[in-house]
This record gives sequence, C-alpha cells and structure tokens, in this order.
Amino acid sequence: MPSPPASRKLLRIHKDDNVLIVVNPVQPGDRDLVDDHEIVITQRIDVGHKVAARLIRQGEKVYKCGVPIGSAREDIPAGAHVHLHNLMSDYIETYTLDKDRTYVK
Amino acid sequence: MSNNTPPLTGYVRSDGRKGIRNYVVVAYLVECAHHVAREIAESFKGQPVHLIGFGGCYPNAYADRMMNRLCTHPNVGAALLLSLGCESFNRHKLEENIAASHRPVHTIVIQQTGGTRKSIAAGVEWVRQALREIEGVPRAPLTVEELVVGTVCGGSDATSGVSANPAVGRAFDLLVAQGAAAIFEETGEMIGLGGIMAARAVTPELGQELRQSVDKAAYYYRQMGHASFAPGNADGGLTTIEEKSIGAYCKSGDAPITGLIKPGDLPRKGGLYLLDVVPDGEPRFGFPNINDNAEIAELIACGSHLILFTTGRGSVVGSAISPVIKICANPQTYERMRDDMDVNAGKILRLEASVDDVGREIYRKVLEVASGDHSCSESLGHQEFVLTYKSFEPIGPHCLPV
Repeated sequence: MPSPPASRKLLRIHKDDNVLIVVNPVQPGDRDLVDDHEIVITQRIDVGHKVAARLIRQGEKVYKCGVPIGSAREDIPAGAHVHLHNLMSDYIETYTLDKDRTYVK
Repeated sequence: MSNNTPPLTGYVRSDGRKGIRNYVVVAYLVECAHHVAREIAESFKGQPVHLIGFGGCYPNAYADRMMNRLCTHPNVGAALLLSLGCESFNRHKLEENIAASHRPVHTIVIQQTGGTRKSIAAGVEWVRQALREIEGVPRAPLTVEELVVGTVCGGSDATSGVSANPAVGRAFDLLVAQGAAAIFEETGEMIGLGGIMAARAVTPELGQELRQSVDKAAYYYRQMGHASFAPGNADGGLTTIEEKSIGAYCKSGDAPITGLIKPGDLPRKGGLYLLDVVPDGEPRFGFPNINDNAEIAELIACGSHLILFTTGRGSVVGSAISPVIKICANPQTYERMRDDMDVNAGKILRLEASVDDVGREIYRKVLEVASGDHSCSESLGHQEFVLTYKSFEPIGPHCLPV
C-alpha cells in the first residue's frame, strides 16, 4: 500500500480502482490531487469511507484493491461518497441500521 | 529473529503436543448444568480454571467432536464434566477419551449427586485437587514449529483491511516460515475471492476445494438472507460483503495454502490452513457462526494455542482455553480502548510504522504470550465461549495433500 503524506485526504489503493479511500476526514469543498486528477469533495465523509475517483456509471463494477466489490446502483459523480445508497453487492444484500435505527437493506 | 526471543517451554501432553497454558476446564454438557458449572468455576476466579460447555439437549456429532477436542486441547491439563443426567450428550465416551489422554477427569451427574448445592461442593473439591495434581505435568522446550496460531477478525471497519489485517498476514508469513501452523477462517468473508485464493493452493485439486468452500459459503449466506456483515461495518465505511472480504482475506498473508480443514481437524504439520467453518448440506441450524467467539472455539478445537484477533471498531472479547491477542486497526479506537488492545496497528495509518514493522511486533507478541505473558483480554478475565449446533461432512481426499 502506498503511504499518503500526512496532509493527504484521499488514497488510491490499487491502480485499477475507481474509488479512493478517505484517510483524513473531509468537508464539502475539500480538494485533493490523485494521480494528476483533482477531486472535489461534495459532503462530509469519515475516514475509511470511499469516494468516486471519476464518474462511475450505473451498473458499472466498483473496484477497490483491484478487486470488484459490487456494482453502482446509479451514476456516481467524481468526488461523491460511495456507500450503501449507490453501491450494491453482486452476491448478498447488505442490511444495516438507518438514521431512525430501523433495519433496512 | 528467533535469536532475540525468549526460550519457550510447553506442558507435555500424551499425544506429543505441548500446551502454553495448563488449565482445568469445567464443562457443562447441557444448559441445565450450566449454573452449577459456573458456580464451580467462579470459586476459582483468578486461577487457571475455565468454563466451557454445550447447551443443547439433543445429540450433535459436531458439538460432540468439538467438546472432545477442546477437553483434550494441549492448553488443558484436567477436565471436570457437569451433566444434569438426562441429556443426550455422550458423557461416558467424552470421559473415556479424556482419561485415555492421561488427564485427570471426573464427571458429576447433578441428579445422582443430590442437586445443585452438593454438586457445586463436590465440583469445587475436585477442581482443588486437580489444580494440585496438574502442577506436576512435565515441561519441555517448545519450538515455534510446534505452535498452532489462529486468526479471526471482529468488529471490523474500513481500517481493518489496510492496517491490522495485512500486519497479521505478515506475522503469519513469519510464523509459517519458522514451521508453525497458521489457520485463517471464515469463508463467508472470502466471498468474491475464491479464484484468487485457489491460485495459492499447493495443488490444483486443493485449489478446487478452496474455491468450492467459498461457493458453499456464498450459497449458505444467501439462504440465510444476510451476509456476515454487521451495522458497525457499514458505519465504518464498508459497503458490501465483497469489500469486507478483501480486508478479512489479508490476514492470510502470502504463504502458499497447505490445506483445508474443518472444525476439529488438526493440521498435520506446519503451513497455512484455511478452516472451513460453513456447515455442509442444506442450511439446518441457522447462521454458520452466531458470533466471533463461535469461530474462536473452532480455531481452538483445531489445536490453536493462541488467537490473533483484529478489530477496527473495538472488540473486547477473549476466550476460554487459548489466549486472544488483540490487534487494533483503527488509531482512534486504540486511543479510546487501549486497555483492551495488545498491538496498535493504527500507527500504520498515522504513518508511524510500516505493515512489516507491526507484523514483526505481532510475531514477538505471539512468542511473549506463548512464553506465559498474559494478553490484555486474559488479564482482564475474558473467557468467552460459545458452541452451537452445526453439521459437517469429513474433509475430502484433496484437502491435505502433503
């Protein structure tokens, strides 16, 4: 895994990845340069979460660590948070608790 | 690197294996005997007495095998069995097997002993004697080659897969290079990775077995309607079971995969083994493992002397029988819960150490705990234990090729 400088906010783990990992918390308007592409963040996102490195089309596979981790539910613009709302498993649906503490998928 | 580490000694058992601990286990054979067993074990708080058991009243070959393996585990010096008297667990055969291993063993049947109070008194008396008796178990030098180390992850977040899990992978590589047996597990968290794993098998036939074990897990969890994925995983940034799987899989390191085993199978020699924890046949008894401790018990039944447990969100569990070493992936979690954490892998994310550095630190911690140092969960008194109903077919002829 390449090491990010301390000021870095986003990290690409594998060259084939179309998502980046948040390594320091980001706010709307934050920018980071990843492989010569500037990514502009559109919302607050915590460490460990994923951000689209480029436009990902609905149905396209999402790659992390060079491995497919599911398919886009909708078009995901560059810089957007990639999570349960726009990424689905190709194997088994993910269930979690929503803001109202209700079990949802 | 073995030159800088303390010399290890082990408790010599009749089957040739050596233990790094010398415990009396108090084992209940049905939930109805649990309270009596717990009262006995709790009379020895702070002493090497651990409580395990099986709650079911109906017979189950898997639970039977698990209990036999656990009561004759190298870290166990003696066993007290607690039966109500009418359950179907084969207590006679279990006692015979433990006796055949030259361990002190005794069965208390609560109905025959005259109820709760008399059974507790008889049990406490027996354990007191057993503790004295096992002080005389011979000790002999123990090499890293003789160690069996299991790994599991629990309370994972998105940091687990980039810090603690790859670091355990490096520690596994060091252990396997020294001739130890290293076991990784949870095929339900290798979904999407069957092909990648198959390519690491020492034979193509074993590769096929590994691939099938992952296909089986995907089918099983689909039948359950729920992947091995908890709400905390999503809070921590993980979205799908494939993504969680990538992180979990890193714990296996880079060594070739020597074999595929099932709960209760013992590795025949050093190397890296996959433990297939997903039941065979149509789903019958619910989720493969109801929580992390059910997996830990299976790693221990395969002979694991100690367990490397990675966590990002912050799990606190330990285990009966084998010490659990906690490797914390997330630097914020480490700061909040450091009393529970043996190794801070979060410093990888803070760029204060490399994955290799933490891998070596974990390896050293394994040797320290094997030489008698207590892990954090051990010092805090954690002795969680879970055993439920499952069913397995024996492993196929290609699973242990060499």
